[in-house]
Amino acid sequence: MVKQYQSNSKKNKLKYSVTVTLKKNVLDPQGKVVENTLKGKGMNNLKNIRQGKYFEIEVEEQDETKATQTINQMCEKLLVNLIIEDYKISKL
Amino acid sequence: MRSSVIVFPGSNCDRDVAVALEKMQFKNQMVWHKETSLPKSDLIVIPGGFSYGDYLRSGAIAGKSLIVEEVIKAGKSGCLILGICNGFQILTETGLLKGTLLRNKNLKFINEDVNIKVMNNQTKFTSKYNLNQILKINIAHNEGNYFTDTKHLEKLKKDNLIAFKYCDENGSTNDQFNPNGALENIAGIFNEKKNILGMMPHPERMIDKVISNTDGVNLFSSLIN
Repeated sequence: MVKQYQSNSKKNKLKYSVTVTLKKNVLDPQGKVVENTLKGKGMNNLKNIRQGKYFEIEVEEQDETKATQTINQMCEKLLVNLIIEDYKISKL
Repeated sequence: MRSSVIVFPGSNCDRDVAVALEKMQFKNQMVWHKETSLPKSDLIVIPGGFSYGDYLRSGAIAGKSLIVEEVIKAGKSGCLILGICNGFQILTETGLLKGTLLRNKNLKFINEDVNIKVMNNQTKFTSKYNLNQILKINIAHNEGNYFTDTKHLEKLKKDNLIAFKYCDENGSTNDQFNPNGALENIAGIFNEKKNILGMMPHPERMIDKVISNTDGVNLFSSLIN
């Protein structure tokens, strides 16, 4: 019984990742410091680093279109500040 | 005049603002963030601090809290709203004020008294100041680097919506006296109707000669009129 429940609930879940990064024209001082530190460590071919945030999100949904819609709403309502940040959703 | 100070977990300038308001004869009430309605208020203050530990982005979680929905309604119907420091960050997260506050350019938490210049004294918040008056007010923040898009920046300038700018002691607003990298040295802005002011400096810390100066007094006394 327990096993069946688990497999069913697994089917009803979809998992996504959301990556949030600062827009290209927004200065990213944290990324710059990380970049400069790595350059100081001899990573001479390093060109550019942008630092961002990463979320893993599970939704109880079977329909991928609906799930992506929900994730988009989450991003727009809270996770992302659209003035300065871009986001990318990927299915896990 | 009745005022309400919104208190979030992590607010730490709420008591200071209350002292300043009461000193100016406001009838003040503290409002916990879980309340779902606001007491009748002529002025709502969102104080400084680290609401919800500044998780996600500074002001982001507070900007979506229950009481803030009421603050948004009140702001849209013309109630005076003052957001100081974290309060300014929260107001930008609600959309009541446009733009956002980025991490300080030098990546450091800055706590110092800086000079700011009054850019518009034709508002309910600043009427007791002179135009271009220079004030010495404390700033204490990690994300005070004001940023907005070019179109909105033009609007801020055209419609005289910039409240304060960081400057030197003579009023010159150059890069050297920009503590946090804010666009055009902006330290505070109004919304379009000028009933909402967001500012990074802390006027409530400048109301008593014994501990600092009294440069913040006129902001609160402008409001009481």
